[in-house]
Amino acid sequence: MTTTPQPSADSERMENAIELKGVEGLSQGQIVRSRFLRHKGAIGGVIVLAAIVVLAYSSVGFGPIQGWWKWTGDEVGSQTNAGGTPTLTLPGWLGGPGFALGEHPLGQDVIGRDLFGLVMRGTQTSLMVVAVIGFVAAVLGIIVGASAGFYRGRIDTVLMRTTDLFITVPVLVIGAVIGKLSGKISGAVFAVALGFVLWTGLARLVRGEFLTLREREFIDAARVAGASDIRIIFKHILPNAIGVVIVATSLLMSSAILLETALSYLGFGIVAPEVSLGRLISDYQSSFATRPWLFWWPGSFIVVIALSINFIGDGLRDAFDPRQKRIPSERKMLKSLRAQEALAAQDAARPVTDS
Amino acid sequence: MLSFLARRAVTGLATLFTAIFLMFMLVNKAIDPLSDLYQDTSPNKAQKIAARIDLLDLNTNVVVRFFKWLGHFLTGDPGVAWKTGEQVAPLIAHAIGSTLQLVTAATLTSVVLGVAVGIVSALRQYSAFDYVIIFLSFLLYSLPSFLVGVLLKQWGAIGVNDFLAEPVIPWVVIIGVSLVNGFIWSIAVGGPVRRRLEVAGSATAASIAMLAYLQLTDWWNKPSLGPILIGVLGAAGALAIVAIGAGLHNRRALYASLVTVGVGLALYFPIGAFFDGFLESNVLMLGLGLAAIATGLLVGWLFGGPDRGVSMRSAAMTAFLVAALTYVDQLMQVWVEYSDGLRGRPFPTFGDRTPNLTGSYWLTTLDSYTHLILPSLTLVLIAFASYTRYSRSSMLEVMNQDYIRTARAKGLPERVVVVRHGFRNTLIPLATIVPIDIITLIGGAIITENIFARPGMGQLFVRSLTSAEIDPVMAYLVITASLAIIANIVADLIYASVDPRIRLEA
Repeated sequence: MTTTPQPSADSERMENAIELKGVEGLSQGQIVRSRFLRHKGAIGGVIVLAAIVVLAYSSVGFGPIQGWWKWTGDEVGSQTNAGGTPTLTLPGWLGGPGFALGEHPLGQDVIGRDLFGLVMRGTQTSLMVVAVIGFVAAVLGIIVGASAGFYRGRIDTVLMRTTDLFITVPVLVIGAVIGKLSGKISGAVFAVALGFVLWTGLARLVRGEFLTLREREFIDAARVAGASDIRIIFKHILPNAIGVVIVATSLLMSSAILLETALSYLGFGIVAPEVSLGRLISDYQSSFATRPWLFWWPGSFIVVIALSINFIGDGLRDAFDPRQKRIPSERKMLKSLRAQEALAAQDAARPVTDS
Repeated sequence: MLSFLARRAVTGLATLFTAIFLMFMLVNKAIDPLSDLYQDTSPNKAQKIAARIDLLDLNTNVVVRFFKWLGHFLTGDPGVAWKTGEQVAPLIAHAIGSTLQLVTAATLTSVVLGVAVGIVSALRQYSAFDYVIIFLSFLLYSLPSFLVGVLLKQWGAIGVNDFLAEPVIPWVVIIGVSLVNGFIWSIAVGGPVRRRLEVAGSATAASIAMLAYLQLTDWWNKPSLGPILIGVLGAAGALAIVAIGAGLHNRRALYASLVTVGVGLALYFPIGAFFDGFLESNVLMLGLGLAAIATGLLVGWLFGGPDRGVSMRSAAMTAFLVAALTYVDQLMQVWVEYSDGLRGRPFPTFGDRTPNLTGSYWLTTLDSYTHLILPSLTLVLIAFASYTRYSRSSMLEVMNQDYIRTARAKGLPERVVVVRHGFRNTLIPLATIVPIDIITLIGGAIITENIFARPGMGQLFVRSLTSAEIDPVMAYLVITASLAIIANIVADLIYASVDPRIRLEA
């Protein structure tokens, strides 16, 4: 009796091989990367987010660069379909008359502006705000948290009392006041200002990491070798704390997009002539009953962006968490158990047939 | 303990003072009370501006103005909303009342639902149910609350009102909904294929039966529970409470709970007659609820036995359930009158009460509930997601601990392991999150209140900020900031009291 292939056992072995590679002398970065790449939700999030970024920036263009889409959302004109309904039609197998984009695939508003152009520009603004908030908050959080955790003492007390201050007043409230303040300024300044409010959570996390890491032997070794404080902070401690920073930043960014849209909705965020997804919804919410597409498209873009950032953040957290072990589902366990039993039965049966 | 409190209070006050000072500067910078006068074309524009500056004391340095304001505030005068001339104190008092209604309802529901679903999801880790819940919580977590609010307004209020005008659900929809419901129950209960199919079948049959009953009796327009439904629901609730809390083999607890249901039913008609000739109020309802719990405790105590506490707990919970059902039934009895009064569109989309509505206690209470239902649902949907995530990860953490393995190894039934060893420890991290959430929510669900135009704290803040009135804004900020500080201290205290490993001296 020849050895029959064991597909299920083989695939189990493949699964295990990836885990085993972690022991084979991979760097931390490689382990994290392979764990992240195995997280289906996170990869899905990356792909969707990348597609949205490409779509938003290539379609209507940015700065002096022209996009491939013929409208920018500012053109006022006649409505192609009556009432400005979307010209996008579904393909035949979905019950539509056949797939076609048409002149205004997502429809037009009351004065004939192209909704696709508006939504794309709104997406650009919202993405920019999220990126700026994430960057500013991460830099501030790292600097404050690192110096508080590394130097301790008085600096620590002062910095931590400062973060207490920011925690005392709800973010939405500070954001509203800042939004009112920056109503005359551009969206970028607004984003930077929000970043200056949102760094506190990150600073606390970084401080905690630094407090434990600074007591480790390799820091003593670096100090004995004559490394400066700056070098120790950035070359020795920060790379070890980077997981916390990345995860916290990604989660912060997903709440930042909701914060921006909420503030714009209340009228304290991005104001005309700039466009953001929250402002579009706020402008068009009264027409929900008559022109629902004006509400649906910006809304679904917000949800999809927030959802993909959330999934990426979740994937990053799982990838950086050393305790995270992939436990096979009950069905897979049963399957491999059965495969093992079959193997054992074969082994037990073999001497009889061989003899 | 006392020194801890004193120290926290002192630092808290210092933080509060600094925060308030900074926010005063920021708000002062952000608002411009003169903005409406710049476009003024009347000849006495300059005089008007001068009068406004005089009224609001704008020529004084802002720091001096802050201390003047603080002095007034501390002596019990939070100022005036200058545009309307209203005193701030009654404004805030009214707003807090409206917000408290909303927040208590929403937080209680979302904590109970979120924790229950999160724990079931953790117990079925990596199952289909778990994945569905994870995805759902991610999705709800990514929804902006204004999106949820606007959608609920459209479908929850206008849609349901339209439906009530002609309440017929097609049979296909009934069967489809029931199938989905059956499927959800089957993956939530889990187990071998045969058990899943049984669960799916019975859940589908039960929901078809229920929807058919509702449909055929025109329940949608004449909702009522009546003694029979209260009895059935109460008995089912009693079974569930005993099954989870005591185990069905504990006959004393089971009989105590069922007897409590019987007592509740026996009191159904006397209670109805009692309400007819009485001036009802919320205090009376609260008292009756407590009386029901006391009755339950008494019934459990009378059953006696070696472990009285368990029977008393189960019976008290059942008694509360039956009392709540009776309360709902009383509310439903005025439904037809209420619905007719609003011309058949009973679900409102804004405000916190129908203007000029007068009637019995039941009618006004029902009115405030119908106003609460949609805003609460908005808050619940989003808070539910985060509580599910918290409790799921907390439960997973706990169930991997050594003491769980020990509990299983010494042969405890799985119910005891999950409820007594797992569930209780899962609540420790939640005990610090929930009070902070509740207290900060008193600051108002800003967006939800704005969508549904509820005159609460959040709306007060937004309106005052837009109309450049600094006094109400600052009063709002003082209240929210002090509540946030208190919330953090309370969370520390609770944490120390539920987890004996934590010491407050540190």
